[in-house]
Amino acid sequence: MSAGKSQGITRRRFLEQAAALTVGFTLAPLARGFAQAPSPLPGSLQKNRMLDGWLRINTDGTVTAFTGKVEIGQGIVTALAQIVGDELEVDLARIEMVSGDTSRTPDEGVTSGSRSIEESGSALRFACAEARGILLETAAAKLGAQVSSLRVEDGVVLAPGGARATYWELTTEAMLKREATAKTKPKPVSEHRFIGKSVPRRDIPAKVTGGAAYVHDMRLPGMLFGRVVRPPSPRARLVSVDERAAKSMPGVVAIARDGSFLAVAAEREEQAIAAAGALRKSAKWQQVATLPPAGRKLFDHLRRQPAQDSTVSEKNDAAAPAVKTLEATFTRPFQAHAAIGPSCAVAQWQDGKLHVWSHTQGVFPLRGELAKALKMPAADVTVTHREGSGCYGHNGADDVALDAALCARATGSRPVKLQWMRDDEFRWEPYGSAMLINLRAGLDAQGNVVEFRNELWSHTHSTRPGESDGTNLLAAWYLKDAQRPGSARNIPQPAGGGDRNAIPLYVFPRQRVINHLLPEMPVRVSALRTLGAYANVFAIESFMDELAAAAGVDPVEFRLRHLSDPRAKAVIEAVAAKAGWRPRQPGDGRRGRGIAFAKYKNLAAYVAVIAEVEVDRATGAIHVPRAFAAADAGLIINPDGLINQIEGGIIQSTSWTLREAISYDTTRVLTRSWADYPILRMTEVPSVDVSLINRPEERPVGAGESSQGPTVAAIANAVANATGRRLRDLPFTAERVKAAQT
Amino acid sequence: MAVTLTVNGRRRTIPAAPETPLLYILRNDLELNAAKFGCGMAQCGACTVLVDGKPVRSCVTPALAVVDTKVTTLEGLGSAGKLHPLQKAFIDEQAAQCGYCIAGMLMSAKALLDETPHPSEAKIRQALAGNLCRCGTHNRIVRAIQRAAKEMSP
Repeated sequence: MSAGKSQGITRRRFLEQAAALTVGFTLAPLARGFAQAPSPLPGSLQKNRMLDGWLRINTDGTVTAFTGKVEIGQGIVTALAQIVGDELEVDLARIEMVSGDTSRTPDEGVTSGSRSIEESGSALRFACAEARGILLETAAAKLGAQVSSLRVEDGVVLAPGGARATYWELTTEAMLKREATAKTKPKPVSEHRFIGKSVPRRDIPAKVTGGAAYVHDMRLPGMLFGRVVRPPSPRARLVSVDERAAKSMPGVVAIARDGSFLAVAAEREEQAIAAAGALRKSAKWQQVATLPPAGRKLFDHLRRQPAQDSTVSEKNDAAAPAVKTLEATFTRPFQAHAAIGPSCAVAQWQDGKLHVWSHTQGVFPLRGELAKALKMPAADVTVTHREGSGCYGHNGADDVALDAALCARATGSRPVKLQWMRDDEFRWEPYGSAMLINLRAGLDAQGNVVEFRNELWSHTHSTRPGESDGTNLLAAWYLKDAQRPGSARNIPQPAGGGDRNAIPLYVFPRQRVINHLLPEMPVRVSALRTLGAYANVFAIESFMDELAAAAGVDPVEFRLRHLSDPRAKAVIEAVAAKAGWRPRQPGDGRRGRGIAFAKYKNLAAYVAVIAEVEVDRATGAIHVPRAFAAADAGLIINPDGLINQIEGGIIQSTSWTLREAISYDTTRVLTRSWADYPILRMTEVPSVDVSLINRPEERPVGAGESSQGPTVAAIANAVANATGRRLRDLPFTAERVKAAQT
Repeated sequence: MAVTLTVNGRRRTIPAAPETPLLYILRNDLELNAAKFGCGMAQCGACTVLVDGKPVRSCVTPALAVVDTKVTTLEGLGSAGKLHPLQKAFIDEQAAQCGYCIAGMLMSAKALLDETPHPSEAKIRQALAGNLCRCGTHNRIVRAIQRAAKEMSP
């Protein structure tokens, strides 16, 4: 393979080494049957308990670390290498990271929810600490020294008096073939060399030099190009299509049709596109009007749908009576991940076995789902991660893998690279669910919130592969022998799905949070970065400002007054100081400032944001020139990586907030291109100033989804501060701003 | 059917229909990874390359239209072993998240700096307004271009 050149060489080198050492490292979650429940281990070690599933010390002076988490532009592979380097005491250049491959890495489920540092990071931290301990014990025996007298410098174990042994000499095949105990304590912060440093990302050099960085860049011998011909609307059925005409077009090798699934493979990419166009033209479809009402009517509709109701939080502490009650309703439309590059996968069949290269967030769940869809044993499917464009949650990555597999099945053993076109991505990716949030709260005579109720309506926020009773891959629903998508389920608290961050972190004595999960999903939905948190934080933090105004208290002061968690207070105080917040400063009709806060999932990073807005009352245009953020993600692994995630989250959320909504009619999704779905441009994004609070004594948590909720609410509060008018329906389009002025 | 193009200083004859969009020839025939398919409609800029020094969207540019020109892709600026100051600046500023838009950003930036060696921040933003980024790396990209501008002509 000429593409994935570096990857290919790495893999080959790995295989050679593996053969030389005859190490059959252990991927099975448990090496043997347990009579009783296994003892708890940190992070993903719990389910992947063998040390050699995580780590290999190679005789050639390198270390290979394995992670089930994958790079999706968030810098995780670099951060994990920093952890490995510190715990093993080896230089980063020695470390080869292998991520997301069903044939090589641990099963860590899905790379999502900002959990990778906690799950994979903890596992590698303890596995490496333990491996270092084993190496030291071996060295002590060899050198005739006490373990406590040894120190390590870049893989060289040094004994007093100058005797030395290297990891590369000490390593044996059997050394790490054992179950982790997690009894070796990881290094204290004071001994970290790499953790806490802004180590440059490993993936960036290839990305700025045209290296083979993405699955899109793969080239396999004999590879064909595939395109899929999606129906014109959800649930449409293919009645007829002129396959013969397309088959006779230049370069066309195969047409894959199965029920209403239709794809084409050709020698050249432009030939595949042309043939897909011809098939589309001749295809006759039976369409059905299945989509819900659009615009404002959607939300009345959602409220009337059958729902699975659950009380997510209920508190009835003693408190003074409410003397003033406020109520408000907030809405969020269906919104898209909208990665710049449409989803892509490479698939190859050989002797009945399937190999797929994919930018999936979960190679193991995808393998299982592909096996289900293709009715074959999972053991015959290999899924290897290659980077893709963006991510931001469950987009088309998994679906296109099945498309590629179905297309390649029609070509014999020739591999097929299948990429979606722009409109495939916009019309068929699963969207972040629309949400309706009704809030009610009561203030006592002192202006304290004594009662709070959040009632929300939402579809599920996760219909990923591997999660359900059905088959969560798009093409599977259109096959002749059609499979069903899985039934809706909500990710349970404390993380939550639709109800993520629906429980305020504030101390309200009487509180009720009710989640109405809408199981029918006429519009396809799944995880979009933050899940329900974006809308819940929008609603709660907007409402906090409304309550503060009703109580006649500054928004910063009002928040601090209702918080007990010192880390929460600290980020609010830090961002207020950084931005030079002046209490109760009114806007000038055009410009204003707003603050908002959340602890993501109520269990991860704390972020407070202050946004500045400029509202053009004549045109209704909102510009966000500047945003400040303060973030506490516990022990910081890579400060610059953390800042990059916070900055990116703020900018993406600003775009969601000001611009974004999917449009559709009764039958079809109408959003097809960037013209229909404008996102913020270079000239329109805010400058972002991020302050970090490092907490070396606290567990490190991810932050990729921590700033989006605070950002939307800070903008809403800034608009209210500027104009005196509150916007409660997303996005804040010029029309809505103008309407709110009158 | 064949078409002859000059890409990154090399003349190459490619067995493709002359109306083939330049992007597919670059990516698939010449195995140049940098230019990316984003939209196929000249809306996002991920496929940006230089044609006689001017940024064009290779996804909507037929090969036929560039036969007598010089096409430059990101690979023509520098390589991992010999970075162009713009590439180095993007690494120094860690100006990427997923990075899919970055090659297009770099080519738009190259065209800008060739014409305006010391652009204002506003001018940089204007020049890159047709290149979409979804990860929110915009401000780092601007900083990287400012850094490269300083580096290239102090």
